Amino acid sequence: MNMHAMLPTRRGFLAGTAGLIIGFHLGLRSEAATGISINGVPAGARGNPFGFDAFIRIAPDDTVTVLSKHLEMGQGPYTGLTTIVAEELDADWSQMRVAHSPADDKLYANLTFGAMGTGGSTSIANSYEQLRQAGATARAMLVQAAAEDWGVPTSKITIEKGRIRHAGSGGESGFGALAEKASQVKLSGAVSLKDPKNFRLIGKDRPRLDTSAKSDGTAIYTIDIHYPGMATAVVLHPTQFGAKPATVDDAETRKVKGVIDVKTIPQGVAVYGETTFAALKGRDALKVEWDASSAEKRSSADIIAQYQNTAKQPGVDITKTGDIDKAFAGEGVKVFEADYVFPYLAHAPMEPLDAILIKAEDGSIDAYLGSQSPTGDQRAIAGGLGIDPAQVRIHTQFAGGSFGRRAQQDSTYATEVGETLKAFAQDRPLKHLWTREDDIRGGFYRPIYVHKLKGALAPDGTITAWDQTIVGQSIFAGTHLEAYLQGGPDATSHEGASDAPYAIANKRVTLHTMKTGVPVLWWRSVGHTHTAFTTETFLDELLMAAGLDPVEGRLALLKDQARHAAVLKHAAEMADWGKAAPEGRARGVAVHKSFGTYVAEVAEVSGGP
Amino acid sequence: MISFTLNGQERKVDADPETPLLWVIRETFSLTGTKFGCGAAQCGACTVHVNGMALRSCVTPIEMVQDADIVTIEGVSGEEAAAVREAWIAIDVPQCGYCQSGQIMSAVNLLQMNRKPSDEDIDGAMTGNICRCAAYHRIRQAIHDAAKTLEG
Repeated sequence: MNMHAMLPTRRGFLAGTAGLIIGFHLGLRSEAATGISINGVPAGARGNPFGFDAFIRIAPDDTVTVLSKHLEMGQGPYTGLTTIVAEELDADWSQMRVAHSPADDKLYANLTFGAMGTGGSTSIANSYEQLRQAGATARAMLVQAAAEDWGVPTSKITIEKGRIRHAGSGGESGFGALAEKASQVKLSGAVSLKDPKNFRLIGKDRPRLDTSAKSDGTAIYTIDIHYPGMATAVVLHPTQFGAKPATVDDAETRKVKGVIDVKTIPQGVAVYGETTFAALKGRDALKVEWDASSAEKRSSADIIAQYQNTAKQPGVDITKTGDIDKAFAGEGVKVFEADYVFPYLAHAPMEPLDAILIKAEDGSIDAYLGSQSPTGDQRAIAGGLGIDPAQVRIHTQFAGGSFGRRAQQDSTYATEVGETLKAFAQDRPLKHLWTREDDIRGGFYRPIYVHKLKGALAPDGTITAWDQTIVGQSIFAGTHLEAYLQGGPDATSHEGASDAPYAIANKRVTLHTMKTGVPVLWWRSVGHTHTAFTTETFLDELLMAAGLDPVEGRLALLKDQARHAAVLKHAAEMADWGKAAPEGRARGVAVHKSFGTYVAEVAEVSGGP
Repeated sequence: MISFTLNGQERKVDADPETPLLWVIRETFSLTGTKFGCGAAQCGACTVHVNGMALRSCVTPIEMVQDADIVTIEGVSGEEAAAVREAWIAIDVPQCGYCQSGQIMSAVNLLQMNRKPSDEDIDGAMTGNICRCAAYHRIRQAIHDAAKTLEG
């Protein structure tokens, strides 16, 4: 069976040659953005595009396609990264398109990570210089090509909104007509980047490129991909982490109309259906007994109780300044304590985890999924299938949310997808779908954390001591990322607390690293989900006890932290902090630095009955 | 065999009568704008209009829609739909976008029944539609903007 010769049934979904990229035709706001790209060429574009580097393709019809190395999961890199290129290229916004890049750690590494990856609030930051350079280089190549074509000096050529011009001769061209020639140009010397004061696009608010398609149902996500002959697989997972299928009775399942097959895989029991509903109904009819001998059997409450007990003693020192014990024993100091418990949190992206695998005639695989870690998932799918990663082509799709969920340390979901197709032993295209229940029960949560805070207030109202004990599970430990810890503590457990900005003379932050059988994962701001809350609310308690205003009290402790102080002051001004809150309402404030960004917020809340 | 109207076209489907309408819309008729989010009427991503009322298609078995008039995001039309879509695009409501078909179907249905909803009306009508990116402020604003457009 030759997959690539098959006709798609899905409107606008085109099968092409190996290396197919499903991209996204941005279009003008007035038109429905329904086009799909192949290898970065928007559907309907004339001829082949000409590659300028890893990131830019210019087609004969003047369209410029930026290959995004970052996943669009709602945070906006498709628009942001395209803006950077368009700026340096002096392109017109209406000619810009975007598609996701192929999986390739050499060409498309996140420069912060050294491998492909979307996360850690790095998409724009790590791409900024790289894409400015790419845009400026492509521009210089176009200018060079125009100069040669028209026999005029490059210095007399201008580009404005996608039009290349030479005033003296009246020469004028779009990008497309010169793209082939320009793509062959060998530039000598470095290109210069724009002076930021001349930016037309960067720093200006502009409509997102994906809004239109996401407002009329035409945006295609992994779950929406359909191929003729495609089967759908769902997997029954154990109800306890670490349990394995012991006995499987699939007699009732096999009676369900539309169930194709049932297979036991390392992750559970896979049910293959002609339709999603057949697979789901078949899964409901399975009778499986689980071997829970090596499973995690504790409840969340059990784990929290253990952590609270552990928190009574300090852990490993992370931050230590001054003399904590002496400060707490000081004459006339008041001591305050607070305990905090943070539960497991599921990412629960609106689109549950899903992937499409399509086997080509030569045994290679086209994989369609929304991944924050395309090369990691490529290796894991190949591992699950027992084939070489080079035999797996990743086509990154829009993701219906993620928040870290599609960046698993060891790509265990992708492994399950590969195992599911391998066990199927049929060459049919396969959709692999987790249900919401799989998602919520499936682990990889923000870990449970317990914090114990203790602070000392001197008689004059000065905060003289801060002692914080953190208890929780490492996100890196037990995964391939553990090597990066080099035996030390996991910074994602204490970031935001160990580096809290306040000038307190005697300070200690310690960490207990715990082990459970529950898989955990980064969730949105990772450690800051619990450290920002504990540091800011406990500081509020101390300031309140000292009779200090939450903003003024913070500013006094932020004398050496200009940016924290500046955003705090700005937020306070925006919220009219000095004015009393309306009747029945109260205001609170917090300031925190997370992933290089300084944030201050004022919340005005009303109390319920 | 179950017959109904889908986006104005007569349709027949021969399937397990328990099959949720969602999967028939998506897989039998290839209209993928209507999304699967939870399968339990908890998130609203699967919202469609059945006989003029917003309904969660993921828990509606097809045996319940015999002779019904069903409209999905692909087929929704009229001045309320136009106003909502325009308002959505004008302030960039979507982020990941996965919930937005459902949000729009609920918003259009609200405006069809209440041309000038208050914040409380909007919160009440939209409470069954989850947005995990938390675009709720823009959703509410866009509904007010659409109501203003309808006022003329």
